[in-house]
This record gives sequence, structure tokens and C-alpha cells, in this order.
Amino acid sequence: MKTFLKLKKKDWLLIIIIICVAGLAFFLHEKIGGRGANCVTIKVDGTIQGVYSLAEDQEIEINGGTNLLVIRNQEANMKEADCPDQLCVHQKPVSKNHESIICLPNKVVVEVDSSENSEFDAVTN
Amino acid sequence: MKSRVAYFGVFTALALIFGYIETLIPISFGIPGVKLGLANLIIVIALYRMKLSEAFLLSVVRVLLSGFLFGNYFSILYSLAGGLLSLTVMAVMKRQEGFSIAGVSIAGGVFHNVGQLIIAALVVETFSVTYYIPVLLIAGLLTGLLIGILAGGMLKRLAELSF
Ligand SMILES: [Zn+2]
Repeated sequence: MKTFLKLKKKDWLLIIIIICVAGLAFFLHEKIGGRGANCVTIKVDGTIQGVYSLAEDQEIEINGGTNLLVIRNQEANMKEADCPDQLCVHQKPVSKNHESIICLPNKVVVEVDSSENSEFDAVTN
Repeated sequence: MKSRVAYFGVFTALALIFGYIETLIPISFGIPGVKLGLANLIIVIALYRMKLSEAFLLSVVRVLLSGFLFGNYFSILYSLAGGLLSLTVMAVMKRQEGFSIAGVSIAGGVFHNVGQLIIAALVVETFSVTYYIPVLLIAGLLTGLLIGILAGGMLKRLAELSF
């Protein structure tokens, strides 16, 4: 059993580097835009289709009805989609900044964001 | 020559089985199509038991076959990017002194996920997927470590069997 896990010095170094990079990426993300999530941006094939407030409960038809997004209790959830894999429907609801729901077959991206207005407010405050 | 082809066939079949098992595990990293990379176990063993060109061929054959069997166009794209980047990095690492199989496999696991992330960023034309970098790096680290331990054990058995 002892021989099962024989990590060398360089292995440990590699592990530490990976953990540091992951930690740094997490930290940068929190620092740059972790707070103030208040809306979702919906993109279809790379172009923005609309920005919707998370504060308002609503149902949004995306891409002429291929996907149906529901916003409720500050969370966005993909409720229906006509894609074959249904992976976007099975994804958890999103609410934190830069979390996203992606439907690859329909090229739909729903991304949580902080709107420009709130950033402006934060600065003036 | 004949036995090499037979072993290649066995390895391909094993890789397909692992790829299939993986589709049954309901772990989601938030990005559709991104997979854990359990089939990498066979690739790691191939890297240590076969010629490098054969390991690459195995990697491509595996991705195409499992893509046609249980996946779609996107899963092929993801797996190919993840698999080839991972194998390239592992081949380079193996040549360096001082890394054990676990270390090589960890690098493979991490770059498997990095490759998939790059494809995700390109396909959906958004950088929002970078949100998942930390979780994908750590997941790659753990998967790679697990695969490294398993591969180490299996390679030892194989050596005892003198195949
Ligand atoms: Zn979908």
C-alpha cells in the first residue's frame, strides 16, 4: 500500500503551483467583479440580445423561443430548451457574478452581471 | 506485429468503456460538455506502455468512436482538444526528470480541462467561462492524481505479467 502513492519533489511543486493558480484566479475574479450581481445578459451567437434585471421575476423567451429563461428569487434558471442534449436545462440556477448557463447547440449564453448603473452608484457612493 | 494491433484494440475498447462510464456520472462543472476525463487512465497507461505515436492514435480513435457512439459534434470537439492537449503535455512531462506517473497524470488532468475550457470560450464567444477556471483546475488536479495512482498500480501489475 505504501508504494501506491509515491510523489516526488517536482510532483509536489506542480501540485502547489496548480493550487496557487486556481487560488489566484478565484481571488482575481472575486476582486474584479464578485459583488453586485443584479442582472443577466443574454447572448445569442456572440451578440447581446438583452439585459434583464434579477430583481424582477420574469420569463424570457430567447432566440425566438428555442430557450425559455425564468428569473425568480434573484436567480436565473433555464426552464425549457429545444436542444437535443438538454444540458442547459439541467444546469443549476445562476445568481453570482459571471456565473453562466450555456446552451451550446443553440449558441445561447446567459451570464450574470452587474449592470453599469450599479457600478456607477458604487463609485459615487 | 499482430499482437501490437490486438493490444491496440483492447486499449481502445477499455478507453471506450471508461468514456461510457463517464457519461453516466452526473458531475457538472457548469459548462456543458466538459468531462472529468476518466478515459485518460487508459491514455496514461498507453503513454508508458506504447510508442508515443500509438498513444496519440489511440487518443484520437477513442474520441472519434466515443463521440459517434455516445456524444455529438460538440463533445468530439471538446474531447479532442482536451485529449490532445493533455497527451502533448504529458509526453513532454514524461521526458523531464523528476516527475512520477502521478505528477505526469496530474498535468494531463489539468490540461485536459484547460483544453476543454479554451474550446468552450471559442464556441460561445465569451470569456465568462473563465469563472470556472479555479474549479476546473482543482478538478483536473484531483482526477489526475486519482488516475496517476490507478495507472501506477496497473502498470506494476502489467510489468509483473510481463506483457
Ligand atoms: Zn441547451
